[in-house]
Amino acid sequence: MGVIWDYLGNSAHWSGPEGVPARVLEHLEYTFLALAFVCLIALPLGLFVGHTGRGSVAIAGSANALRALPDFGLLVYVVLLISGRLPASLAYLLPSILVLVILGIPAVLSATYAGIQAVDPAARDAAKGMGMTGSQVLWRVEVPNAMPLILSGVRSSMLQIVATATIAAYVSLGGLGRFILDGQSQRDYSQMAAGAVLVGVLAIVLDLLVAGIQRLVVSPGVTGRFRTAGPRRRPVLISSSQEGSVVPTT
Amino acid sequence: MITYLQDHFQQTVERFYTHAWLAVLPLVIGLVLAIPLGWLASRYRRVYPGVINLAGLLYTLPSVALFVIMPSIIHTKILSPINVVVALTIYTVALMVRVIADALLSVPADVRSAAVAMGFTGLGRFLRVDLPIAVPVIVAGARVAAASNVGLVSVGALIGVNQLGSLFTEGFTLDVGSIVLLGILLCVLLALILDTTIVLTGRRLTTWQRAVS
Amino acid sequence: MRRNRVILASVATVAALALAACGGGGDNNPLSTGSASAAPSDTIVVGSANFPESTLLAQIYAGALTAKGVKVSTKLNIGSRETYIPGLQDGSIDLIPEYSGVLLQYFDKNATQVTSDDVYAALKTKVPAKLTVLDQSTAEDKDSITVTKQTADKYNLKSIADLQPVAGQLTLGGPPEWKTRQTGEPGLKAKYNVTFKQFKSLDAGGPLTINALKNGSIQAADVFTTDPNIVANGWVALEDPKFLFAAQNVLPLINKAKASQTVTDALNAVSAKLTTENLLDLDKQVILDKKDPETVAKSFLSSNGLG
Repeated sequence: MGVIWDYLGNSAHWSGPEGVPARVLEHLEYTFLALAFVCLIALPLGLFVGHTGRGSVAIAGSANALRALPDFGLLVYVVLLISGRLPASLAYLLPSILVLVILGIPAVLSATYAGIQAVDPAARDAAKGMGMTGSQVLWRVEVPNAMPLILSGVRSSMLQIVATATIAAYVSLGGLGRFILDGQSQRDYSQMAAGAVLVGVLAIVLDLLVAGIQRLVVSPGVTGRFRTAGPRRRPVLISSSQEGSVVPTT
Repeated sequence: MITYLQDHFQQTVERFYTHAWLAVLPLVIGLVLAIPLGWLASRYRRVYPGVINLAGLLYTLPSVALFVIMPSIIHTKILSPINVVVALTIYTVALMVRVIADALLSVPADVRSAAVAMGFTGLGRFLRVDLPIAVPVIVAGARVAAASNVGLVSVGALIGVNQLGSLFTEGFTLDVGSIVLLGILLCVLLALILDTTIVLTGRRLTTWQRAVS
Repeated sequence: MRRNRVILASVATVAALALAACGGGGDNNPLSTGSASAAPSDTIVVGSANFPESTLLAQIYAGALTAKGVKVSTKLNIGSRETYIPGLQDGSIDLIPEYSGVLLQYFDKNATQVTSDDVYAALKTKVPAKLTVLDQSTAEDKDSITVTKQTADKYNLKSIADLQPVAGQLTLGGPPEWKTRQTGEPGLKAKYNVTFKQFKSLDAGGPLTINALKNGSIQAADVFTTDPNIVANGWVALEDPKFLFAAQNVLPLINKAKASQTVTDALNAVSAKLTTENLLDLDKQVILDKKDPETVAKSFLSSNGLG
């Protein structure tokens, strides 16, 4: 097992365009680019569906359908389809980001929609009673209350994207997947293990980052950090990376 | 694509069947393994964060790396499909442990009290009260795990395991998009079949939900 | 309450079925081929590397064997030599089409033989005990350093040696294993003192490499000499006077235990009929005309009386 650290222990592998830092940066670039588009698409959509209640069946259905698509196959297909028509710099980047976005949307979409739906109806009624308009209710009541679930969806999506961004290497891009695929071709298990370990470490770091953001952004009243007394009606939401927690119970 | 299917019908059917087995077997084994682990996490609050975080970490391990390193860990042959099964079982467990833990945690306290009052204890209460109530959430998690497994099995093509993912590598090296498309469509079909089966099984197991409403 | 027993029973049944599938046999069980017990001893598993010509050759071998009544199954597109040779050694596959020069260098890093006969003779001694190589064909397919016509004209390139002064400005594209192989970057440095500015891990002369050379993201590429893209695009495969790429005759690498007389005869018959010219033509059908390799293989066999 010590052989796993051989690759990382060699300082030559930590510099240059193919060194660890460069690859980590590339990997982060793909991840955040994809995550940005995921949020751009899935957050508004989820908020709309959750708030108005319209299209919820369609959303649940398409979120599940998107999950059924095989990422690897999709990447290969999109590359074969369009990379010939794109300029060299985008030829493989565009398909890769596209596939990662498709991968990441279901988590954020279902979390956002579920989060808004799960907001205590009493809070909504109180808001309406206070005279808030629809969008005021959305932004001042529903969104803050739904924050834990929404952020947990973003966290889940991000981790899936980080783990899957390794497939970009199959179509000649960089990122941490490069260590894995090159290590496989060269039968350099140490390099492969290095790639896997780095992905894991990156995932942990990013997860902690979002957890930190979550602490800052989510109102203390929602997380129950300062709850004084009374019976707990809902289990405390321990945000984590898994999708399973974010499931509409209806 | 149609001509490919006609010329390679037998091979494609075999690949579909292999893919199905490689996705379902880990799902079942993973579910069975995850139940006790999930129960542990729900019962002992101090264990919960550790288990959940470990599970989350395991889930992010890149599949190709796990497939390739597996032979040295469990002494299988290098191109063996068992590598895929074990790796996918790990992923399924990682995914389902959290689902099961949360599902068990969400059993309402008053239901539990009522069960205890009726004389259910320990394992009996777990099997007859907690688990059945947790079924809807578990089913939802299982659907995600099934779709995830179908996608991950196709990556097995990179270690030479013959299944639908082989259509992707073949199509890619031959530069023929329609072969890849066929692979995608068949994967989606398989995912839909599994999804429907799981949903129907869940409905069968929760007839009490509809009876009440 | 009865319902819960049903739940338990169905879960238990499914689990039992699953476990039974592990231990049980059956031709369709994908796991039985991977388990500790070997596949039925009369089935030959033909593998191929991850580029079209290898798949084509594997289909030709498979077709020839099937025509002689041998049971065959295929595991195509496995990966680089570094990935599949261990598969040969542990019995995951039994037979694979190979190229004499690079194979020799894989087993003996310091091999210096360059001609077909020398390489073949040395190969026969260096192959590990469990494996053997059968007759080689005259068909050769070598790696090459290929550049576009524009690049060749710009730097006046005819042979790899001409790259020495300009390589530092150029990017080389090839399969990931070229970073560490003797016939890749290290060999370029050792034999020709050529070091490129950057190396891009692509694929083994496949679509990634071809497209990268076409769109200019690399200036030099590892393209196989029988690849029809060279002629179709007017590219220049640089000469190799120092024999970085030794003779590369196509031959079968096989598990000795599976090399029965029938098998050996069938494969030798194929090797006798394969020439560089017809290999070029077969590759053109698969790579440029996008015909199905299995179909192309079948028509090659039937037009040569091999099946």
